[in-house]
Amino acid sequence: MSELNMKSLEAKVVVLGSQGVGKTSVVIRYVGGMFSKAVSPTIGASFFTYKLTLEQYRVKLQVWDTAGQERFRSMAPMYYRKANAAMLVYDITSLESFYDIKDWVKELKKNVDTPIVLCLLGNKSDLDSGRKVSKEDAEEYASSIDALFFETSALKNTGIEDAFLQVSKHLIHLYETVPNSGMGSLIAQQAPDMFVPNQGMVLSNRNQDSASPPQTSNCSC
Amino acid sequence: MAAEVREAEQIVNVSDSESGQSDFIETEIPGKSNNSLLVASDEFDDISYEELNNGALQAAPMGTINALVKRKVKRQHSIIESDGRQSTVSEDDIANDVENESSEISGDDTQDDNLVLESNLADLSLQESGSLPLEIPSPHLISSTNSETDYVNSIEWKQQKKHIFILSDSGKPIYSRHGSEDKLVTIMGVMQALVSFVADSDKDNLRSIVAGDHRFVFMTRDHLTFVGVTRGKESTQQMLLQLTYMYNQVISVLTLSTLTRIFKSHRNYDLRRTLSGAEKFFDNLLNLMDVEPGLLLSSVRCLPLDSAVRDNISQTIVQYAKVKDLVFALIIAHNQLVAVVRMKKYYLHPMDLHLILNLINASESFKAAESWTPICLPKFDAAGFLQAHVSYLDDECHTCLLLLSVDIEAFYVLSECKAKIQEKLKKYNALAAINNSLRRNSYSIQQCSINDLRHFLYKARSTSQYTSPELEAPYNTKEEQERLFGLYYYLHDRIHTSGRPLKILFHVGPYETLLGWVTPGFELFAVFGPLVTKITAIHAVNKLLRWIKKEEDRLFILSSVTF
Repeated sequence: MSELNMKSLEAKVVVLGSQGVGKTSVVIRYVGGMFSKAVSPTIGASFFTYKLTLEQYRVKLQVWDTAGQERFRSMAPMYYRKANAAMLVYDITSLESFYDIKDWVKELKKNVDTPIVLCLLGNKSDLDSGRKVSKEDAEEYASSIDALFFETSALKNTGIEDAFLQVSKHLIHLYETVPNSGMGSLIAQQAPDMFVPNQGMVLSNRNQDSASPPQTSNCSC
Repeated sequence: MAAEVREAEQIVNVSDSESGQSDFIETEIPGKSNNSLLVASDEFDDISYEELNNGALQAAPMGTINALVKRKVKRQHSIIESDGRQSTVSEDDIANDVENESSEISGDDTQDDNLVLESNLADLSLQESGSLPLEIPSPHLISSTNSETDYVNSIEWKQQKKHIFILSDSGKPIYSRHGSEDKLVTIMGVMQALVSFVADSDKDNLRSIVAGDHRFVFMTRDHLTFVGVTRGKESTQQMLLQLTYMYNQVISVLTLSTLTRIFKSHRNYDLRRTLSGAEKFFDNLLNLMDVEPGLLLSSVRCLPLDSAVRDNISQTIVQYAKVKDLVFALIIAHNQLVAVVRMKKYYLHPMDLHLILNLINASESFKAAESWTPICLPKFDAAGFLQAHVSYLDDECHTCLLLLSVDIEAFYVLSECKAKIQEKLKKYNALAAINNSLRRNSYSIQQCSINDLRHFLYKARSTSQYTSPELEAPYNTKEEQERLFGLYYYLHDRIHTSGRPLKILFHVGPYETLLGWVTPGFELFAVFGPLVTKITAIHAVNKLLRWIKKEEDRLFILSSVTF
């Protein structure tokens, strides 16, 4: 079944969440493989690309790391428009940042009409002593919005690889099952991807066992 | 009546000489070009309380972006008409886009816009009242633990050379240069009381107060009050210029439309919520003002480069960034301009360029990856945002490329342009040339080989660019540099004093002799050793002008390149 020539897939992933929860740290940990204590607040949004090979697919993730500052809030639609996946990041030591996720989900549900993979990330899991958001609450919420859920630590590098891997798997699944998922070459695809009447996508939580670990090739621009 | 108290003239030995003028040979003006890339601006002369009160300055440019966007919509529609395969869906899509854009950009309010905005604002206020009172994180909060009054009375706070405050019409603190605004509620209340007392009693405006060696300067614009307090050499008008920069920075972050909208519906709105995260731009801009004469001169410094290399860079940009809706493309290295390419008919204003420099200068985050961020350039269009594609071209993050577009969807296209430009500039060794120039530091005063000339600022008025040598001994300590800046402030103020502008000023001070000379073509401020006579100084500046003329191709961008 497996062809010699790999299929390729390009997907837009947007990273959302409140100020200071560690969106940039998570992305830089994943894309650049490092952690810096002095990450400067993002201005507007930063753009990263990441390539991995998974299930006969060459997956190219176009990651939009958005600014959490209030003043950029009204710009958010510009960044999550036509996104195929959204990483919703909160800080496990901040209840506020967890509640903010609900606003993001509401906003995405209202404004994004293409199927989208949601993934909830509870970041800073290394700060367990200051935890304000229990894992159970987050898990429950994640399943209520059909989202994947991971607790991550950009500092300790836990959970992040896994999260992006599972998101990529779901993206492939989406690509294979929904014809108009809007994935492909993003630059060519400008207009004709609207109105996919498929909203009730059920994304079951971690029913796929670990596939072969991704052969990751690094590419940051 | 304006409450303005003037300090007595202290300096003697000032001769405002008109007679010496015949000795000045006006050679061909160095750095002059009829083909400018920047708006030729004398912002300083334009800024005065009269203008402010007449509302002349208030008439900020609005609708430039809208006009550009409208043109684009027209174009897209014509594409659709010619291309039958396009469905109606995509046309709707475009219409939606335009609506979205205009909700952020438009100056003229359509009803839909208003509805959207009102609901947005309602959301905002709901969030504010509904959720727990959100502590605005402030970098200043950490440093001080004293109680409010203790803090304001602390010696450290009182001895700051310059304070800048921003507060709202209703007296709510928005920003303070030193110390946390939270702790300054009382003092800001006093400022608000002073401003509104004068305004109420006589339909007048409070302009400035001089108390001891402190000068308090007030500026009220668009529901905001800006207050500057200085012990330095800045004149009232120069402080007003600095406050105007602060105002522009606020607009750059929010746009004028948003600002007025917010305060129209919520007079009591705490603007810090919306500005949170932007404090570092204010801080950085104020720091920049203390070390960068370009802000005082409304002009920018170019990175010295062979004109052939510079042409090559501009042509590369033109060739590989020929994209619809791209208004400006510029390359910046260490606060210096390397190249600018602009859309025909649109010019960049030096004040806007300073905001761009400040944006790049203040944020490390651009070094991590390509960024796509909104920025409002108040002199270009105060009502809306341009979208900026920001990226560094070299691994060491010295050389920054900015592509400013009116199309919010242009990121991927511009990203491709950037890759090509980067590749070509590497291939042509242009990036290496830029790095070389950066490493060499601008130039030494000794290269001009003029005895006893210690430092100078030269601004070519037609191109809004200036040049000056490196700061060398005796101006190699922070105190001496500050003193030198004080001298320039003094000279600049005397020459530009609104009541009695001068053409030439020769001033002998205790430690140095100053010569200021302003013509329609240029402004020159030169600092000599203390024993230089007027004749020597005049010969020296003539020689200096010849030297700058000889070097002008390298020091200035003389040709303006358009897409």
